[in-house]
Amino acid sequence: MTNSSAIVVEGLDVRRGGREVLRSVSFSVPKGQVTGLLGPSGCGKTTLMRAIVGVQIVAGGSVTVLDQPAGSPPLRSRIGYATQSPSIYADLTVAENLRYFASILHAPAGDVQRVITEVDLRAHADKLVSQLSGGQRSRANLAVALLGSPELLVLDEPTVGLDPVLRDDLWTLFHGLAARGVTLLVSSHVMDEAARCQRLLLMREGRVLADDTPDGLRGATGTPDLEQAFLHLIRSQKVVAS
Amino acid sequence: MNPTLTLATARRILSQLRHDPRTVVMLVLVPSLLMVLLRYVFNSPLIFSRVAPALLGVFPFLIMFLITSVTTLRERTTTTLERLMTLPIGKLDVLFGYALAFGSVAVVQVAVAAGISVTWLGLEVSGSLWTLLLIAVLDALLGMALGLFVSAFATSEFQAIQFMPLFVLPQILLCGLFVPRGDMGWLLNWLSNVMPLSYAVDALSHVTRSTTFDATLTRNLLIVAACAIAALILGAATLRRRTP
Repeated sequence: MTNSSAIVVEGLDVRRGGREVLRSVSFSVPKGQVTGLLGPSGCGKTTLMRAIVGVQIVAGGSVTVLDQPAGSPPLRSRIGYATQSPSIYADLTVAENLRYFASILHAPAGDVQRVITEVDLRAHADKLVSQLSGGQRSRANLAVALLGSPELLVLDEPTVGLDPVLRDDLWTLFHGLAARGVTLLVSSHVMDEAARCQRLLLMREGRVLADDTPDGLRGATGTPDLEQAFLHLIRSQKVVAS
Repeated sequence: MNPTLTLATARRILSQLRHDPRTVVMLVLVPSLLMVLLRYVFNSPLIFSRVAPALLGVFPFLIMFLITSVTTLRERTTTTLERLMTLPIGKLDVLFGYALAFGSVAVVQVAVAAGISVTWLGLEVSGSLWTLLLIAVLDALLGMALGLFVSAFATSEFQAIQFMPLFVLPQILLCGLFVPRGDMGWLLNWLSNVMPLSYAVDALSHVTRSTTFDATLTRNLLIVAACAIAALILGAATLRRRTP
């Protein structure tokens, strides 16, 4: 176990309804960096993230997070997790939602205001979540994950449906957090976000195809474009398999 | 268990209710409205006084069953429960938060219905009104705990609603409200003996008729409380940190 890794996954198998969703997945995520989890929808990204935050029943293998087995009680206040579909109360305002989750995390008093500012929802803080647009809702969902001082952020498609300026702001926020030593695992199915990550995990059909830096991936596949690099990897894998 | 988190959860649930004034009005007024209706349907203070106490227990039981099964199902399906399970909060904090929030709603509900029944509709309660209130709140908690438990077996709100006739109506039919429990055949009598609502209705009838707080009343109250706790424990077992 290395101290420079925030997440170490070894031989992880997850079955759901008789189907293998993750097949002997192994990788590690370095501390204090933004690692992108890329792959088409349905490839197992969400299942992998659920295994890391410790809410997924796993069939085999091990997941170690911040030097402890995933799901250990002490980890619950050290990880911020944002699911893809907003898991916040639609019949509460943004501020009420945040106050509730902040009280669970024993977050300091100013934290609610801080995260509202960070996700740029100041104008909507007192609106009911059910009255927000999809993008605003997912930002409110992200805000919950930022409460307290999580050492690891697991964010499932946090930038889907956001306007480009806001998306850029959020990526700036992510890098700012990483610079302060926070580890981020961010999933996306759009390749243009891959270039913003310091490290990439490419997934397809329940397997990790690549675990590299964007530059390393470009070099290994001989293409300047990450989308092309991904395609190259998939095709070369098919050749190996057949 | 952490009282701060239990209180925070109860406050959160009550805030959710506050944003839904129509539900609040219905929660507080519907049982009273039905009592008024019942009083004039029977058109006899005597018969009303015989049936009303049982209904003061049945209404909160029924309504709490419904709202808890729907709200907890919503927590399960909108994944807010999954988020809570990743956070440093105990399952019991969540459950007791629900019990506290809905229990206090039940107190208001029963107090209004009992108040109207006693002052306006001519219900005569020989025993203590506090005991009546206590039994009704226990009923509400029993309904809540059962609702929470069955919500684990529903995958949609449509299914959850339909658990009401399945889990609640038989208890109402067999609790002695329509036919005295002693007059039932052995099978129905046995069934009514294993249903917790029967003991609540027995206790309520006792409080209306008699001023004594005897051993049978204590036993009946303990049975209702024990069933509520057992259902809460079963409900807690359906909250899982890890899911497939």
